[in-house]
This record gives sequence, C-alpha cells and structure tokens, in this order.
Amino acid sequence: MKGNRIKKSREDIIFDVVSYTIISLLILVCFYPMWYVFCASFTDPTIVAKCKGVLLWPQKINLDAYRRVFSNPEIWTGYKNTLIYTVAGTLLNVMLTAMLAYALSRKNVLLKKPLTFMISFTMFFNGGMIPTYLVVKSLGLLDHRFAVILPGLVQVFNFIIMRTQFESIPDALEEAAKIDGANQWSIFWRIYLPVSSTSLAVMTLFYAVNHWNGWMNAMLYLPNTPELHPLALVTRGIVVSSASAAMSEGAALTQEMADAIKYATIIVSTLPILCLYPFLQKYFTKGVMVGSVKG
Amino acid sequence: MQAKVADKTSAAGRRAKTHPKTPLPQRLGRDFKRNWILYLMALPALIYFIVYCYAPMAGLYIAVSDFKIAGGLFDGKFVGFKYLNEFFHSYYFGRLLRNTLVLSLETLAFGFPVPIIFALVLNEVRSTKFKKLAQTITYMPHFISIVVICGLVTNFFSMNGLINTIIQAFGGEPIAFLSEPKWFRTVYVGSEVWQSFGWDSVVFLAALAGIDLEQFEAAKLDGASRWQTIWHISLPSILPTVVTMLLMRLGHVMSIGFEKVFNLYSPATYETADIIATFVYREGILGANYSKAAAIGLFNSAINLILVVTMNKVSKKLTESSLW
Repeated sequence: MKGNRIKKSREDIIFDVVSYTIISLLILVCFYPMWYVFCASFTDPTIVAKCKGVLLWPQKINLDAYRRVFSNPEIWTGYKNTLIYTVAGTLLNVMLTAMLAYALSRKNVLLKKPLTFMISFTMFFNGGMIPTYLVVKSLGLLDHRFAVILPGLVQVFNFIIMRTQFESIPDALEEAAKIDGANQWSIFWRIYLPVSSTSLAVMTLFYAVNHWNGWMNAMLYLPNTPELHPLALVTRGIVVSSASAAMSEGAALTQEMADAIKYATIIVSTLPILCLYPFLQKYFTKGVMVGSVKG
Repeated sequence: MQAKVADKTSAAGRRAKTHPKTPLPQRLGRDFKRNWILYLMALPALIYFIVYCYAPMAGLYIAVSDFKIAGGLFDGKFVGFKYLNEFFHSYYFGRLLRNTLVLSLETLAFGFPVPIIFALVLNEVRSTKFKKLAQTITYMPHFISIVVICGLVTNFFSMNGLINTIIQAFGGEPIAFLSEPKWFRTVYVGSEVWQSFGWDSVVFLAALAGIDLEQFEAAKLDGASRWQTIWHISLPSILPTVVTMLLMRLGHVMSIGFEKVFNLYSPATYETADIIATFVYREGILGANYSKAAAIGLFNSAINLILVVTMNKVSKKLTESSLW
C-alpha cells in the first residue's frame, strides 16, 4: 500500500482524523485506570481523596501505604505461595500437556480418536463446582497445596495448540531418528520439544498467567489454611472485601489510608505481569492464532 | 450424539488401516506393545481428566440422590428429579435464569461488535508504531487478575470515583452504582467490554491481515473511498470469522463467569446480579446443601451442552468449519 501513496483526498484526511481519535480514546480508556492506581499509590492519601478519580501524575510522594503493605506478613506469604504455585504448577502443566499432545499427535496410535474425543468432551460438559469440590474433598486434598496446583492441570485449548504444532512437524524427522535407533521418548524429548520452542513458550505463558492470577481454587479448596493462600486471594481480601483493617495494627484506619493500601496492594500484586507483559505480548497473540486454526 | 459420530469415524479409520479380520483385543495388544511409551506419556494427563473431569461427572449422581456428608458420593438414596423440581418451583429459579441470560446476552450485544469495529479501524492505521502501541495497551486488561479488575471497577464506580466525577461535571447527580440493583448490569457489561474488547480483536485483526492487498489496491484505483473499502472488502472478508465467533459466543451464553459477578455483587444487588453459578456456590459450598446445589449446577451444564452442540452444528452448516 505504501507504493502508491497518491495525494490524500479530503475524505482520507477526515477518515484518518476520526480513526486516530477513536483509537487514541480507547488507548486512554484502557491505560488510565492502571495509571491512576499507580499514581494514587504514591500520592499523599489526603490528596487522592480530594481528587475524585482525576490524578494525572503522582503528587506529594508518600510511601506510607507501601510501608504498610510490605510490613504485612500475609503479602509475603502470598507472594511465596504464588511463586510456588506458578513455578510448580506451570512445570507440571507444560510437561503433561506436551506429553499428551505428542502421544495423540502420532499417526499409528490405535486409541488416538477415542482418547482425543474423551479429552475434547470435557470442554463441553463438566460435573460443575459442587461434585468437583466433593471429589477433591474425598481425595483428602482440602487444605493441601496440591488442591491449588492440580485443577486445570491440562487445558484442552493448550493441548490443541501443542498437538497442532507436533502434527505440523514433517514425519521425515521422526523416521530419520527411528532409523538411528531413537525410541519414542527420545524423539519427543530431543527433537520434537526443541523444534517446538515457540509453542512451548506460548503455552508456558498462558499457564503461568493463570496461576499468577488464580484465586478461586484457593478460596474453594483451602478454607482453613490462610497461610497457603496465593497473592491474588490475599489481594482479593484487601481490595474487594476491604479487609485492610487487618493492617492497621490495632488502630482504626482512616478511609483514605485504607484506599491507599488498596492501591499499593494492586500495584504490588500486578507489577510483575505489567512489567513482563509488553515483552511477551507477541507470544500471547501467536497462541490465539494457533488455537483458532483448529486441528 | 457426538459419541456415535466419533465411533463411526474411528471405526472406519481402523478398518481402512489394519487388517479387517484381526479381533480388537489382539490389535490393542499389539498397539500397546508397539506404542507403550506413548501411552505411558499420555497416562498422567489421562488420570487428571478422569479424576478432575469424569469423576465429578459421575459425582453428579448426588444431584438425583440424597447425599449425606458422612457417606460416600454414591451412598445417597436415589430421589430422581426431586431437587431439580424444587429448584424449578422456587422463587429463585426465574431470577437466576433471567440474570444469567440477561447479563450474558447484554455482554454479547455490546461486547461482540466493539472488537470488530476496533479491528476494522485499527487495520486502517498506517503507522506501525501507533498500531503496536494501541494493541499492547488495549490487550493489557485481559492479563490482569479479575480480582484487581474488580478492585478498579469498585473504585471508579464509587461515589467519589471518576465516573461520578464526570457525571457531576456534566451537571448530573452522583449515582450509587454498586449498591443499586438497576445499575449492576451497566457496571458489569461496561467493565466486561472494557476488559476484553482489545484481546477479542486479535482474531479479527489476524483475519484482516490475511486479505489480499491487491484487492485494496484495485479498489483504490477504482476511486473507492476508505469507508467503501471497509464496507465492501474488509468486512465481507472477515465475515466467516465473525459468524464463527458469534456462534461460539452464543454456545457459551449459559457459561457466564462466576469470578467477576462474585467479586462485584453484594446482597444489595442480588436482585439483578445473582446468577446460577454464584447461587450454586452459596448453596453448596457455604450452605452445604450439596445435592440441591449440584442439581442446579447440572441444569446449567446440561443447557450449556445443548447450546454448544447446536451452535457447532449450525457453524458446520454455515461455514463448513467446526468449532472443535
């Protein structure tokens, strides 16, 4: 399109002005809320209370809220737990999904079709919250770390991404390795996995973000062990159900300070994602593309 | 229904590939011997699906029996559709069904066109840098925890929040968005569109990127305006994608997310906010009325299944591409 850039007509200019304005507005609408919280978390709480939602820059820097957030042991254990769940969970997710996808992407496997159907069916029907809860309970997993790691161990969407990827690798690669005497595991481990590094990265990111943001499994399955709660659930307690009073060290907390603590907590729990996200965005987009080409 | 189709195709495939006369157990034995490593690799994941997906499906037996906490999942006395019937005749049934459907359909009505329009407009932007910036920032809310999103929503819609500041700037009266039932839907749908329009546009942008550039050039030579190219080239080209996505969304009308409603509603707004999923949570997990809650959940999942399968059939007919 660049080649034949003739003189812009008036209509073209109007079109450009309108489209750039619309998109700029949408950018602003998506950016401002996080920016506001970021600014508000550093600003003197009394100023934030007066600004009524309009704050374009941090004013009168005040780090009290952060001091309170960081002196709250719940935040630290939350961070630790989230790291454990994210690292261990993602590792298991990725391994299991890749192994399953590889096994069901091979051509000469007799049970491939029924097993694939069995897996896909779970996308359309499930037992629901209560029976799942009772199964977890009867397995004795309540109030155990595994209760948070195990649900969603293999996601069908990611399984499809990986299977599509493995199927796209030419058979010649497998044949050659077989002639060299490699067994199915080493073909998977030494050839198919390294070749699929991009899809693996995509899948890892999706799983990791889910673990990082996850709170519901912990709420359901860790009712009596707050010391195992992930950061997102701790954040929920502070931000959504306003439990910031717990941080006031006995004294009653002013509304302003409670709000400031909310802002700081949001930043502390979201910062890792916000910092990494711009660099990883292209991988996420890629994942959606692979997933939308159904296998 | 679906099972039959899968059986037929796999049976046909097997017949074509292997000797037709070898009995199944023998072929299976040979297959296990040849592919035992593959089956071993699939095993952990299969165990997961059995424990976390199929065991709960079997556990739905509690929806038609009198489950006692002391006993096992299958020890309850069979009572048929007693709990389902109770639910149908209860005061909550109409309210929960209405709220679930209304929230879901309103989100669809507003949330579906926005990403398409956004993608069409963004596709016309020539500056790559500006495009990248717009994509990065509008996708971002999708990756932020729902907990934080709801925290933001609560803050911005509060009496002292930005939305009320704007309303007052235009001379209006401040509104208690979060405690008045009639405003819950607006808050829910608005924030839902805000959070997902960017990310939902990815699929449409990709479809737009796939259009042959020659078509645009030809239109330009013929003197078509930008608006005309959008209307006559871009939009028709992505129409199959649009239809597929719409059917997919329609199939999931009943599977509206628990997490967001749960973090935004309060007893004051139950009238318009309480959906089947949140009710199941309160009845089952908090109230320990397991059989009743499971029955209500089963009702929801069953409708879900019917919708998804129907929409997939329609999609197959319309676009010759299935959703799975």
